[in-house]
Amino acid sequence: MAPQVQDEIDVLPPKGVRPPILGPGQTLRTVTDRIGGVVLTKHTPVFWLLIVAVAVAITGILNTAIGYLLMKGTGIWGINIPVGWGFAIVNFVWWIGIGHAGTLISAILLLFKQSWRTSINRFAEAMTIFAVMQAGLFPLVHTGRPWLAAYWLFPYPNSMGVWPQFRSPLIWDVFAVSTYFTVSFLFWGIGLIPDFATLRDQAKTLTVRRIYGMLAMGWRGSARHWNRYETAYMLLAGLATPLVLSVHSVVSLDFAVSVVPGWHTTFFPPYFVAGAIFSGFAMVLILAIPFRYLYGMQDYITLRHLQNCAKVMLATGLIVAYSYLLEMFIGWYSNDKYELAMVHNRLFGPYSKYYYTLIFCNIITPQSLWFNKVRSSPALLFLVSCVVQCGMWLERFVIVVMSLQRDYLPTSWGMYWFTKWDVMTLLGTMGFFTLLFFLFIRFMPAISIFEIRALLPQAKVKE
Amino acid sequence: MAQIFHRSANTLARASILGVVLLLSAVGAALMQLQRSPYVTNQHIAPDQPVPFSHQHHVAGLGLDCRYCHTSVEESSFAGIPPTKTCINCHAQLWTSAQLLEPVRYSFRTGKSLEWSRVHDLPDYVYFNHSIHIAKGVGCFSCHGAVDQMPLMYAENSLQMEWCLNCHREPEKFLRPREEVFNMTYQQPDRHHPVTFEGKQYLSQIDLGQVLREKYHLRTPQDITSCSTCHR
Amino acid sequence: MSNNSDSQSSLIPASEIKPATMELEAVRSKLADAKGPKYWRTLEELVDQQAFGDLLEREFPRHASEWIDPVSRRSFLKLAGASLALAGLTGCTKQPLEQILPYVRQPEELIPGRPIYYATAMPFNGHALPLLVETHEFRPTKVEGNPQHQASLGSTDLFAQASILNMYDPDRSIAVTYKGEPRPWGEFLGSIRGRVQYHKSNQGAGLRFLTGAVASPTLGSQMRAVLQLFPQAKWHRWEPIHRDSIRQGSKAAFGNYYDPIYKFAAADVVVSLDADFLSGSWFPGFLSYSRDFMSRRKDPKAGMNRLYVAESAPSTTGAKADHRIPALNAEIEKIARALAAKVGVGSAGGEQLSAEQQKWINAAAADLAKSKGRCLVVPGVFQSATVFALAQAMNAALGNVGQTVNYIDPVEIDPVEHTQSIRELADDLRSGKVQTLVVMGGNPVFDAPADVQFGDALEKFAANEQNQLIQLHIYRNDTTDFATWHVPEAHYLESWGDVRSYDGTVSIIQPMIAPLFDGRTAGEIIAIFIDQATTPGHDLVQAYWRSQHSGDDFEAWWRRALHDGFIGNTAFPARQVKANAAVPPAQTAHVAGQQGEFVEVIFRPDPTIFDGGFVNNAWLQETPKPLSRTTWDNVAFISPAMAARYGFLRLEQKTIEQSDRAKNVNADHQSDAENVIEINVGGRKVKAAMWPQPGQPDNAVTLFMGYGQKRTGRVGSGYGYDAYSIRPSGSQYAGFGAVQATNEHWSIAVQQGHFTMDDRAPVRSSNLEEFEKEPNFAREEPEPARDESLYPDFRDKGWYQQHAWAMAIDLNSCIGCQACTVACYAENNISVVGKEQVQRGREMLWLRIDSYYEGDPANPTMYFQPVPCMQCENAPCEPVCPVGATLHSTEGLNDMVYNRCVGTRYCSNNCPYKVRRFNFFLFADYETPIRKLGRNPDVTVRSRGVMEKCTYCVQRINAARITAEKEDRRVRDGEVKTACQQSCPTEAIYFGDMNDPNSKVAKWKKNQRNYSLLADVNTRPRTTYIASVKNPNPEFEKA
Repeated sequence: MAPQVQDEIDVLPPKGVRPPILGPGQTLRTVTDRIGGVVLTKHTPVFWLLIVAVAVAITGILNTAIGYLLMKGTGIWGINIPVGWGFAIVNFVWWIGIGHAGTLISAILLLFKQSWRTSINRFAEAMTIFAVMQAGLFPLVHTGRPWLAAYWLFPYPNSMGVWPQFRSPLIWDVFAVSTYFTVSFLFWGIGLIPDFATLRDQAKTLTVRRIYGMLAMGWRGSARHWNRYETAYMLLAGLATPLVLSVHSVVSLDFAVSVVPGWHTTFFPPYFVAGAIFSGFAMVLILAIPFRYLYGMQDYITLRHLQNCAKVMLATGLIVAYSYLLEMFIGWYSNDKYELAMVHNRLFGPYSKYYYTLIFCNIITPQSLWFNKVRSSPALLFLVSCVVQCGMWLERFVIVVMSLQRDYLPTSWGMYWFTKWDVMTLLGTMGFFTLLFFLFIRFMPAISIFEIRALLPQAKVKE
Repeated sequence: MAQIFHRSANTLARASILGVVLLLSAVGAALMQLQRSPYVTNQHIAPDQPVPFSHQHHVAGLGLDCRYCHTSVEESSFAGIPPTKTCINCHAQLWTSAQLLEPVRYSFRTGKSLEWSRVHDLPDYVYFNHSIHIAKGVGCFSCHGAVDQMPLMYAENSLQMEWCLNCHREPEKFLRPREEVFNMTYQQPDRHHPVTFEGKQYLSQIDLGQVLREKYHLRTPQDITSCSTCHR
Repeated sequence: MSNNSDSQSSLIPASEIKPATMELEAVRSKLADAKGPKYWRTLEELVDQQAFGDLLEREFPRHASEWIDPVSRRSFLKLAGASLALAGLTGCTKQPLEQILPYVRQPEELIPGRPIYYATAMPFNGHALPLLVETHEFRPTKVEGNPQHQASLGSTDLFAQASILNMYDPDRSIAVTYKGEPRPWGEFLGSIRGRVQYHKSNQGAGLRFLTGAVASPTLGSQMRAVLQLFPQAKWHRWEPIHRDSIRQGSKAAFGNYYDPIYKFAAADVVVSLDADFLSGSWFPGFLSYSRDFMSRRKDPKAGMNRLYVAESAPSTTGAKADHRIPALNAEIEKIARALAAKVGVGSAGGEQLSAEQQKWINAAAADLAKSKGRCLVVPGVFQSATVFALAQAMNAALGNVGQTVNYIDPVEIDPVEHTQSIRELADDLRSGKVQTLVVMGGNPVFDAPADVQFGDALEKFAANEQNQLIQLHIYRNDTTDFATWHVPEAHYLESWGDVRSYDGTVSIIQPMIAPLFDGRTAGEIIAIFIDQATTPGHDLVQAYWRSQHSGDDFEAWWRRALHDGFIGNTAFPARQVKANAAVPPAQTAHVAGQQGEFVEVIFRPDPTIFDGGFVNNAWLQETPKPLSRTTWDNVAFISPAMAARYGFLRLEQKTIEQSDRAKNVNADHQSDAENVIEINVGGRKVKAAMWPQPGQPDNAVTLFMGYGQKRTGRVGSGYGYDAYSIRPSGSQYAGFGAVQATNEHWSIAVQQGHFTMDDRAPVRSSNLEEFEKEPNFAREEPEPARDESLYPDFRDKGWYQQHAWAMAIDLNSCIGCQACTVACYAENNISVVGKEQVQRGREMLWLRIDSYYEGDPANPTMYFQPVPCMQCENAPCEPVCPVGATLHSTEGLNDMVYNRCVGTRYCSNNCPYKVRRFNFFLFADYETPIRKLGRNPDVTVRSRGVMEKCTYCVQRINAARITAEKEDRRVRDGEVKTACQQSCPTEAIYFGDMNDPNSKVAKWKKNQRNYSLLADVNTRPRTTYIASVKNPNPEFEKA
């Protein structure tokens, strides 16, 4: 489907008027055709093939990096003593953070009856799942002996007569992340059922109809089905909501539980959750803007959505900024020599340049979102989101590496240099993520058809 | 429009939900069993040996004491595998022409060691010490089973960690008087077979075990389940 | 005893050893039937690889890709194989069927699974280090000091500890070769016999022997026999780290060769004139001297001694001084002269000295005068003969002779001055006077003085086809290139022999194992020349002592000698010597007029690889060198001020703090890319990486000898520079030369980047005066209360009831000699990771010795702090491990369960002391079969991806506990000694059961100077420290 001309749709409405949630002139049919068409069309767009090709190549790099890692050991990375955690954990926290927006949008905004969520929740959820998949990779491969970690981290009656140690935050992680993944996945799957049904009915060839038919699990859209569907969806929303807060809180405990200056603080959970939503929405924009452009979805993902995301980013961005200040303040206020040294190291240590870059990315840049002009310009929003995304990665780098690098005894202070394998792994996960996402766009309705329909004036009649 | 699925699809769908759950749990259970199976532990499997040495014959038949061959069992971590010389001590006179014993004579002639296959083989990161177990009143039987009934040697127990812990967590269930340690015919006390220890009769293993724990100054289960007891 | 061939095939677990021996045989035979070029290929492939690795390393020093370092230069398959093998040792995987090989005839003394200890001694630099060697089924696995022997008192130095690795070195010479081609021993014997016949005919003209300093009575008597048989033959001696100055000095002072014996325990005031008697065994008697010296510093209240040190190269001795003054080597003699004048020996020659030096002299002189007969002036072995003579004259004048110093006949047999001896030999080689040269041990081509040009002399010698050089050495080294015959030498743990320790006491050297590569001893080679070729080493030694022993109880006497490790009352008696009053003339006159752009170039043995003999010893290569904490390379010390003058420092570094800040700019401390300077001595040049060393005298460069050998094994090649190449015979320990900057860089692997304590006060110290005022200075801030923690208090659970293991480390006594570190390597099968990995901060040593500097970099106060695992009661490492691989034991240890560890590294992140080490790669050597022989069978060999750390030698604790329990008693105090504690020369480490109120450790824990490291973190470490107290002269400032 040929991309439509950007400007005629992204034109700014007069002051004081918010852009609509849907473009003008949408009917039940157009919605179904436009969104379903992306999936059902025989002809695969060239840009899609290109992107997927590149993504596959990069995924190859990921496989190489991990294969080599399994053969030689974590030594191929830059980690050492004292810096025992490097890129792997940074990436893990980063991806998990990205995974947050999805559930937030689908669950919390649903409970708050935010109608604008409908256009973006579907692929936001997909994004969540794919992000968590990337994240889930790291806790496993970063261990020295993944082949053991794989089954020793889970509690089961083994022949050694010993259990995992439930005092360890890493075990909490295992459960937090797997739970989060399961619930997000269910939520996503359930949401897809009615749309699979639509696709089944729209599909031309029998095989396609059979495939979507299976996925639709015999959905016929009867009142009974809708009723049960609503209940299930609400229940899951209720389940998912606390998870949004819990997952990253638990992840933050990986650090907060330790005694390392710079990790050992009580405000990590809120700090991390805010950061997660911050980066999550940044990622939503990074995906939404090209998507609506490439597939001409400007009618469904309107400026309104972009603006709202931008606003959420601004809000969470401010919380994050506050957390940075608080980190410094606590360091000073505690008057603990190690905390003070930590602060000093952040500001003047060998890695200070990373810290200042981080401040620029996560505090200075988002301030531009105060301006309607920026919020209304997809291009600028895309740029800002990318900067923020880098910032959020740097934030984790600063927390993980800069804290470990200089802890208690000056004699054991050390430096950390990443190797090419670190970079390849990070890059690789990005490629893998892109691959999954574009497969999703091609074979599943990236926007919730039936929910969009519900927004149409025609739908309102029913009430 | 025409149905794309047969009616049975509904049942299949429902069944598959249950099916998947069942399948997964079945696989899990199977693995758990495999992990403890003789295939993994070599329990009850007699490996090939250069000489089909029969403990049954030498212990039950001839009444040899364990220590005649396993000399260092009381003072060392390693019980000791008898040098060829020990075999020859008797077999210089007995069965001097038996074909079965040729490997032994060959070894003695050439000075090349007999290559026995290990029957009780702990992983190299487990540091087991025979002497202390003997000293604390753990009978050979408790770990090696009824060796005197074994024509060919095999491992009576799995030697897996959970098995070790059985005893390290509740030693009193297995202890016996020191002088009974090497006695293969010893029976744990019960109502019908009382055991006399220091002039006192015991009708239950637990009672006896408790007394022996005190007597032999066993360390607490906490102590002997500390990791470094076996792992270094 | 000697062992029989069985012993190699009798090891438990059988899996450990069976392949080993077989492959060993394989290697041997492979090389035996390899001819010519093939032979060299097999031997040198590895060297080539190494060279290639170094090439890359020079290209990218920091981001050196992981596959070029010797550790991980292994094929994928092997790695994968090994890791799978490890996986195989876990939970639910099938174990491979193992073989078990009993003895055919079992030796009586052997109880399989039980170690046996034998006494022996290690010959080192012309004297003995008496040892007890732990053997498992006749494989030596660990050496300890011999507690009954005066020269050891149970302690060892790092060389003795590491020597065992040389025996198991796969790079050892493994075959007799003729011009590089392997030959059977018999053929060698035949050809030499012919040679011997020939020399018999010509009275031995042209027959020469070259050995190191020999302290073996048997070998000595053999040599005398040879020289009788061949009157024209000559016996030359060369030790690169010789003590010629003592010889000459003693000639000057007493008119004869004598060795001084010091009694530090009896000295209240000790003045060291560049004498590093607390630094290493190149100072004969180091072990007992440091023990004696520190015996006066255990309790500050009980008559603490005082140490004045004037030194030209920063040493651990200077670090322990109460008053240290850095001085150029040339100035030391002036200082000595001035000091002598003050104590009434000779008259001051009007030396121009700096104010500090003058002050130091005045204070020292005053103190010496105050304690006549109870003081001691010690000259350094690297100082001039004059200094030696002056020092002994002072001792005489102060009435110390007989009190704190005695003189005995030299321990070296028929002592000579080595420099002169090697020069004579070189000249004779050139002038073609030599036809047969027998070189036993040593590597003269590499380490002879540069101007002697020994290599060039040998070339002339070898030019004549008739001439033969017969070399006996444990390695094929640079000298081997000229050898007609090369015979592998037996390691001292494989050989029979005898040797005298610094005080003359004789130890019998007995083998622990049959020579692995059927090496021979010097005695066996010499025997050929006196027609005893067939006599085995054992008989040679026994025969000699039978001739020495009067009485018919020889057998018993012999057995006793072997058992004790020494022969009673063989120590040399003190000689009544008269020091001649005349003060020898200044020897360092050439100093004048050579100032200006000239700097002093000081030569010292490398603190860890010594004269180069240990260059292929991985443990010693990776052990940080004291003070600089550098590894794998030798550096050139220059003073920070000088470095600034050369513009090497990015910031000016007036204080230690500033130098650390400079590190922040540089940031990258694990591999400091240091500027390379070129040192020029008399036209000979060498390039070395400079190292700004606090405490180094200004305008002086200290070079360390031993590195830079052309031919060595896979460990030693490719690192450091060759200081010998510019070492002139005229000034072998200090001369003058020029230094110029180059624009090259060389990256050094350093194990410590920051030498300041910041505000963390890891080391607490005070001086006597203040200590008396403020005895609790070490515990100013109170420890947090026990309930101020979220961690479980195991006491409530009724733990720590039976035993509570604990350690106390006396910072006053620690001399930073690194013996404990190496002992730990040996005891705990610790892997070596290689230079690149150290640069990445992945060293594996469980026990590190942190060094701290305080004050003016020109002359800082230095502290050492050994840091093993603290075995915290509130251990941060424990709660964070997801699989419970590190848990608390009921005796208070933080048990580390390798087989359970999955390697999340969280425990290390959470360790405030950073004492945990991680196997980032498969660091443990699973391939080299010979290495398996040397491993400690009581300790797991850790594989890849596993965390490890100090365990308080839990294997020793268990062994002792089991013995005790079998005897129905408690473990006695001192029954368990950790490896570090056992090796420590100064008994700085106390280990034992805190629950036993009479245990040494319990008493030390009550000491008011006892404090916990990072107490405010409330980890409640079981390892604590005894704060250091120095004893400066109260009148020093007034002096």
